[in-house]
Amino acid sequence: MTALAVTRLCKAFGGLRVTTDVNLNVEPGERRLIIGPNGAGKTTLFNLITGELTPDSGSIELFGQDITRVPSRRRPHLGMARTYQIITLFARDTILRNVTLALLGLSKVRWNPIAVLDRQHGLVDRAHEALQRVGLGHIADRPLSQTSYGERRRVEIAMALAQNPKVLLLDEPFAGLSIDERQDVQKLLRAIPRDVTIVMIEHNMDVALDFAERITLLHFGEVVVEGTRAEVVDDPRTREVYLGH
Amino acid sequence: MSVRNIALGILFLALASLPYWMDGIFYINVSSQILFYAIFALGLNVLVGYAGLVSLGHAGLFGVASYATGFLLAEGFGHTEAILVALVIGVASTAVFAALSLRTTGIGFIMITLALGQILWGLAYRWISLTGGDNGINLHGRPAPFGISLQSPTAFYYATFVVFVVSVVAVAIFVRSPFGAALMGTRDQPRRMNALGYHVWMIRFIACLLSGLLTCVAGILFVYYTQFISPQALALTSSAEVLLMVISGGPATLLGPIVGAVLVVVVKNVVSGFLERWNLLLGAIFVAIVILMPEGLVPGTARLWRAAWQRMRRRADAAGTPGDAEPKP
Amino acid sequence: MTFWLVLTVNSITFGGLLFLLSAGFSLIFGLMRIPNLTHGSLFMLGAYLGATLTIGLLYVTVNFWLAAILSGLMVAAFGALTERLLLRRLPGDQLAQVLVTLGISFMIADVCLMLWGGDPLNVETPAGLGGFLRFGALALPLYRLAVIVIAMIFAIALWMLLDRTRLGAMIRAGVDDPDMARVVGIRVSQLFTIVFALGAGLAGFAGIIGGPILSVYPGLDQDMLPLALVVVILGGTGSLLGSFVGSIIVGFIYNFGQALLPELAYFVLFLPMLLVLILRPQGLFGRQVP
Repeated sequence: MTALAVTRLCKAFGGLRVTTDVNLNVEPGERRLIIGPNGAGKTTLFNLITGELTPDSGSIELFGQDITRVPSRRRPHLGMARTYQIITLFARDTILRNVTLALLGLSKVRWNPIAVLDRQHGLVDRAHEALQRVGLGHIADRPLSQTSYGERRRVEIAMALAQNPKVLLLDEPFAGLSIDERQDVQKLLRAIPRDVTIVMIEHNMDVALDFAERITLLHFGEVVVEGTRAEVVDDPRTREVYLGH
Repeated sequence: MSVRNIALGILFLALASLPYWMDGIFYINVSSQILFYAIFALGLNVLVGYAGLVSLGHAGLFGVASYATGFLLAEGFGHTEAILVALVIGVASTAVFAALSLRTTGIGFIMITLALGQILWGLAYRWISLTGGDNGINLHGRPAPFGISLQSPTAFYYATFVVFVVSVVAVAIFVRSPFGAALMGTRDQPRRMNALGYHVWMIRFIACLLSGLLTCVAGILFVYYTQFISPQALALTSSAEVLLMVISGGPATLLGPIVGAVLVVVVKNVVSGFLERWNLLLGAIFVAIVILMPEGLVPGTARLWRAAWQRMRRRADAAGTPGDAEPKP
Repeated sequence: MTFWLVLTVNSITFGGLLFLLSAGFSLIFGLMRIPNLTHGSLFMLGAYLGATLTIGLLYVTVNFWLAAILSGLMVAAFGALTERLLLRRLPGDQLAQVLVTLGISFMIADVCLMLWGGDPLNVETPAGLGGFLRFGALALPLYRLAVIVIAMIFAIALWMLLDRTRLGAMIRAGVDDPDMARVVGIRVSQLFTIVFALGAGLAGFAGIIGGPILSVYPGLDQDMLPLALVVVILGGTGSLLGSFVGSIIVGFIYNFGQALLPELAYFVLFLPMLLVLILRPQGLFGRQVP
């Protein structure tokens, strides 16, 4: 069974076709990279897959289940997690609370107006563990506003992983990171076990190519080239898309 | 035993014994006013401070509860029935309010709530057969729970105090709860919360109901206090006053709306003795707070206090360690 | 029959007056993205100023039309000051700006009460327009027809301003996309002051023009602001055509509502606004959702 199957997905805004007949089939455990020049529609594709945007036509299946009509807030409950290009976390809270909120999102306890959140030991302990896994366990009580950009990116990934996703969508996770920070994130991603399928959008070719097993190249909302890393790198159409000839 | 808890304890004792040291019926009455307006402000703060939704129509909900109580009593219902039915009507109205207003957030939310508040005011004013229009509805008497009459200012004060304490505790529990954290999450990053699996609209809707419940409780206390309800209580100025209580004290804090209620009620009562022009002052304070101290008095004062404290400690450190001082050349 | 005709003419007149009030409100909303809650009190302030000028100040009475223009200018100046001294200190913080406009509206209302007292001021219909236009059994007040003409003149003038002048193009650009407008070199903050002043001036002018019909009284601001709100929500923010159409619609709903369903008049007025907010939030002709 394919982990994530996108079939003939189309989206247009007025006259502008942003996604045209996109097909994507990601196998369980795969590391898929989505590349393409600016404006190719990569983030739009992610927004369609997570349900923040409604497609005009086409379908999306998660491990065989059709989720095209499922509201975006239900998809994390079905095993889909996502990070964003621009990090939008809860600046007023500690990084522990940030991760706790991620865990809370899938828990029935989130509707409870009486219990004390800080005493939900199950959640809080799992939040600590999630932070340990990304190497931030020692600063769990630090306010998010006092962390570096690289640390915040790792908090965001911790939050996504804390939800035990089956499919993890990463939107430019290396953007804005220093070389050291990039290495931290790379290590982190390599350590993610194979029961999580990862689809990543990335511009930075050094780190991205290292990560990718299969690559999908998007241009003007359409899939231009798809295949293994070697196939896509060698394909003349790839050079054409990026260099125009 | 932290400083904060000791201070709160002293405050509690002061309020509990107030009729014994406050000199004069007038001041006991003002204190009752402060308490039920504080409940009103706490209710609005659930939306403004914790949900990030500013409402300019809350006086409408306040008024619905007041009018419902007055109307039912005039129709011959007993106090208990009137209060319960008024609460039900109030929360039901809140649900309708919320369902309409939550179509948007931000400025759109302000405008819809303003419009809804105006509709309720207009109905109170024009639907004379139901509400008596400008003449309002008069009440006769207050309830006597467990046989204790609430006619005297002191008795009424204690009843209000009890309800106030329950409300504060309820909000305090709510803020520390998972649902409270979720609500604050939707205030700060609604898109992220949706992506984390939260039902943002439903969370906001339930917050509106809680806010409405507190508002209606305050409305019922108000109408028993004044023994009268007229459309003025639902006017835009009334919604603005309670909003001022929230923003002047400090939204998203527990103490803020209470401090704000003290400020607005005291200034209004004391000032109207001297100045006739309360609205001018209300407007001026509004503008001043928004421009100069937008986070409100409680966080603003806390911040200034912390800064002063740190400065004092630095000076103490520098003065108290002569061995580390640079030797003079 | 005459009853309906008179009601119709009154509705169109009121619609014209509302247009003068709301056009500015709509432009301010479209450009600055805030509902200017001071707008009702600016209308009232203009009415009071104009009424004082026509009634006589220091033994000098001013011609009605001159008074109208002068009050419009005075209120415009006040609007410009408000924007520069207060609103500009809160750049980008729309919520705070809305609250400031609310506070200022209270201040203006109380100052008017202090200066002019609690009794309504009657404004005399200007000379020559006190009569009626007769069509057989029908007698239409000349002044009401004049208001319709004035509203049309302003509608055309504003349309030409927006469509034909450079300033108008800049305003339209700012309404469509303020960030982009800044990038191409449009001084958006200066534009804010100009548009706020223009809106305020129109409101003040409308106030005194409406004087012979509505008179001037404390609470006039609270009566007019919700109407401007409804017009702009119905017609769409930032759209002149929307203000025009919306004003006529509201003029009709208001007058017919008062005549036929006085107890529910307010409800009938706001109901279409609520429906629009729910079903089509950008209004009939608007560009953005509030």
